[in-house]
Amino acid sequence: MPIPYSEKVIEHFKNPRNVGRLENFDAKATEGSPACGDMVTLYLKVDDASKTIQDVKFESYGCASNIATGSIITELAKGKTLEEARKITWKSAAEELGGLPAVKVHCSVLAVDTLRAAIQNYEEKHGLVKDRVPTTAEVVEKRLRHVMNPLTGLDIVKTHIVMGVEVTNGAVVVRVDLSRDHQFASNIEQEIKERIEPLWDVGEVQVIFNDDKEE
Amino acid sequence: MQNEAIYMDNAATTQVDPAVVEAMLPYFTERYAVASSQFSHSPGIEVREGLEAARATIAQALGAAKPEEVIFTSGETESNNWALRGMAQAFRGKKNHLVVSKIESRSVLDTAKALEKEGVRVTHLDVDGDGFVNLEQLRDSLTEDTFLVSIQHANEEMGTIQDIDAIAAIVKAKGVVFHTDASQTFTKVPLNLTETPADLATITAHLIHGPKGIAALYVREGTPIAKWMQGGFMEFNLRGGVENVPGAAGFAKAVELSSATQVEYTAALRDLLIDGIMARIPKTELNGPRHRRLPGNVNVSFHYAEGESTLLHLDMMGIAVVTGSACFSRSLEPSYVLMAMGKTHELAHGSIRYSLSRYNTVDEVDRVVEATAEVIETLRRISPLGKDEK
Repeated sequence: MPIPYSEKVIEHFKNPRNVGRLENFDAKATEGSPACGDMVTLYLKVDDASKTIQDVKFESYGCASNIATGSIITELAKGKTLEEARKITWKSAAEELGGLPAVKVHCSVLAVDTLRAAIQNYEEKHGLVKDRVPTTAEVVEKRLRHVMNPLTGLDIVKTHIVMGVEVTNGAVVVRVDLSRDHQFASNIEQEIKERIEPLWDVGEVQVIFNDDKEE
Repeated sequence: MQNEAIYMDNAATTQVDPAVVEAMLPYFTERYAVASSQFSHSPGIEVREGLEAARATIAQALGAAKPEEVIFTSGETESNNWALRGMAQAFRGKKNHLVVSKIESRSVLDTAKALEKEGVRVTHLDVDGDGFVNLEQLRDSLTEDTFLVSIQHANEEMGTIQDIDAIAAIVKAKGVVFHTDASQTFTKVPLNLTETPADLATITAHLIHGPKGIAALYVREGTPIAKWMQGGFMEFNLRGGVENVPGAAGFAKAVELSSATQVEYTAALRDLLIDGIMARIPKTELNGPRHRRLPGNVNVSFHYAEGESTLLHLDMMGIAVVTGSACFSRSLEPSYVLMAMGKTHELAHGSIRYSLSRYNTVDEVDRVVEATAEVIETLRRISPLGKDEK
């Protein structure tokens, strides 16, 4: 095996489906940034009456895993209702692609999150969501389930890397059971911040490693 | 593109010259005795002569005063580990300050980090946008407590060749021991230790079409470095263990086969590749200096195209290169060298390194320029970035 990707990943990487922009889109979302090395923009055209995704297009700046996942989720989402599309997980996308290397799972999560964000945007625009929920430790923990440990490809909550979450007046503290010189320390810290900082009522996000000195 | 594979990762390792393999073979099948003792049996003495001849060839190429200043090791990683640890140990309890640059190889930086945990104070020198070490900062960093300065001759990623004479002069003016990792430059960029007062220098075989598993640490006579490995009196009582004579013979042959003409040839290919890419692909930046650059190094950043995807597309076209993108690295962090040079994360994610050797051709360079242009165009087409600009 010269390349650690399945044939299907390579196929979607070489010929991604539904690439581009939609002229008259009903919702659009962008996740990631060029600085993090991964960025996906996704456009939805939704049938108002049936709440069905009529068309979907995406653009990706990122690695093969990111491009292939973007391609496969647009295929999966097309023709589905918003409710159904929201249930597409990175796991089902990865399965559809014939599996992803553990270290690459976090790249595929981004594509799935972009789809969900676009659906959310549509619902907000059309008055389909209730009031904004205040951020609690539970909300943070739920989001942290989208941060992957690159060693295992499993989320950091399930694998007990997250030891505690505190939310005080918009300041979030996440304690992780890793030392600063862990191979992926910087990566995991950055991913945690990227997941939590966008929450509407969150200010500072602090990640504390088990060998950090606390004041 | 159904052409032959094109290898452009020669800064990582090179193809072994068939003449090198030839030179090594007798030491596996005929002259296989242990070289150690000078009062050995005849087969042992014969092998020892082979080992010392290899040492002399390498010492001469370095401008070393004596062959005994060349100590064979297993690789540049070992040589760098030894240079730092050997000096730290020699000065333990007397001097406790080490100076390195921020763009040293992992073997230097990680050893410095390990020493830091053991209580050594470490200064990491800044580099400018092209990767040149800040000489003022170097001068200011040296104190009575400094036992070693370790600064590479050239950088593996960016190709930046340091002003090694100026650096050595500053360090030696303070009477501090100076180590340089010359593994990227040996036989390619002039370094004559008769003129450049480095006390320790790392050199290696596998980057000059020699075998893997053999390298050396040059140790200037009188340098108080601690013995590295226990297990006998080999290598002038500095490194125990049975000598890698086939490796040493291959290393020496690789040195003999190197020439200024090849260096000029590789540098010409490098310039063709840089000019070709810059002319053919818009929104591209050259990383590292245009001049004072390793003869085989090309490092560029393509805006709006992520490096791992570029690498994978090129690989599927039979072209082997590497990227400084976080996605590609084992720690998922962008190239620390580009970061130290003050480049943005985006530029690191979009960086590609092509490294050439004498085995590359003009035709290959042309094909690589075309292939890269095609790949970057494809990736930019699907990228959300760069489309709203003029």
